[in-house]
Amino acid sequence: MLGCRELTETVTDYLEGRMRLWDRLRFQFHLGLCKGCRTYLDQIRTTVKMTGRLPEAPVPPDVENALIERFRDWKRHDPAP
Amino acid sequence: MTRYTNRLPPDHPDRELVGRLLGGDERAFTELVRAWYGPLMRMARNFVASEAVAEEAVQETWLEVFKGLERFEGRSSLRTWVFRILMNRARTRGEREHRSVPFSALAGTGEDRGEEPAVDPSRFGPDGHWLAFPEEWPRLSPEGLLESRELAGHVASAIDALPANLRAVVELRDRDQWSSEEVCDLLGISDANQRVLLHRARSRVRQALESRLGKGKTP
Repeated sequence: MLGCRELTETVTDYLEGRMRLWDRLRFQFHLGLCKGCRTYLDQIRTTVKMTGRLPEAPVPPDVENALIERFRDWKRHDPAP
Repeated sequence: MTRYTNRLPPDHPDRELVGRLLGGDERAFTELVRAWYGPLMRMARNFVASEAVAEEAVQETWLEVFKGLERFEGRSSLRTWVFRILMNRARTRGEREHRSVPFSALAGTGEDRGEEPAVDPSRFGPDGHWLAFPEEWPRLSPEGLLESRELAGHVASAIDALPANLRAVVELRDRDQWSSEEVCDLLGISDANQRVLLHRARSRVRQALESRLGKGKTP
């Protein structure tokens, strides 16, 4: 029988789809019976989602403009300073 | 203008993009600069202490990309190739500052030798079951958990607190949405190794969030 502790240790293999069929079935069977582990899996998923939603720093305009200038230099086949 | 050669095979997913860059497509270039600025900066910060130096590393990276693009054969994705250049530039800068993280620390399991449990073992009974179920995280209304800026701040801090090897993997996978193949290609690690690092990173960040939101209640 898969225990809760084992589930918390293998949750990433599960989410990555890297579990053998039998292990995946045991995992899902345990989830069906155990509210604590359903909550845990939900927390991991929420953590991943929140990480994916972290804001990104925009390019400062002067950095962007400088890079575009370099790109134009390269296009013109000019040697870089 | 000289006609540059695109060396990518016809079926390579980046062939069209590389073609546009080689053709001098400014919009394509600008889009990449914008899309990759944040992720490149964060990767650079694994190696260098200051934003300013990280920015210089990013700019130097693009210059090297220009120089090498015509020779780029697409053995890795364009993105992986660019990030690899960035890592080399940032590491060089970091070494000059005597503040770099050794590359091996990003590649290996680092200081985390041996077992690191995902959850404090004292939360489980001898049969391996929860002594107290984890508490469900509140559905903050009206904005909801995912929209909470305060919690986003906690997630960001938790990620910042990770050792560089864990942070690099979780940021590339969960923040920047790279595939595991690309991450393994960039960091030169196996899929199994990458998964261990990802697992540890996610476990720690979850733990940090849980500390903010409440622990366990009796089942």
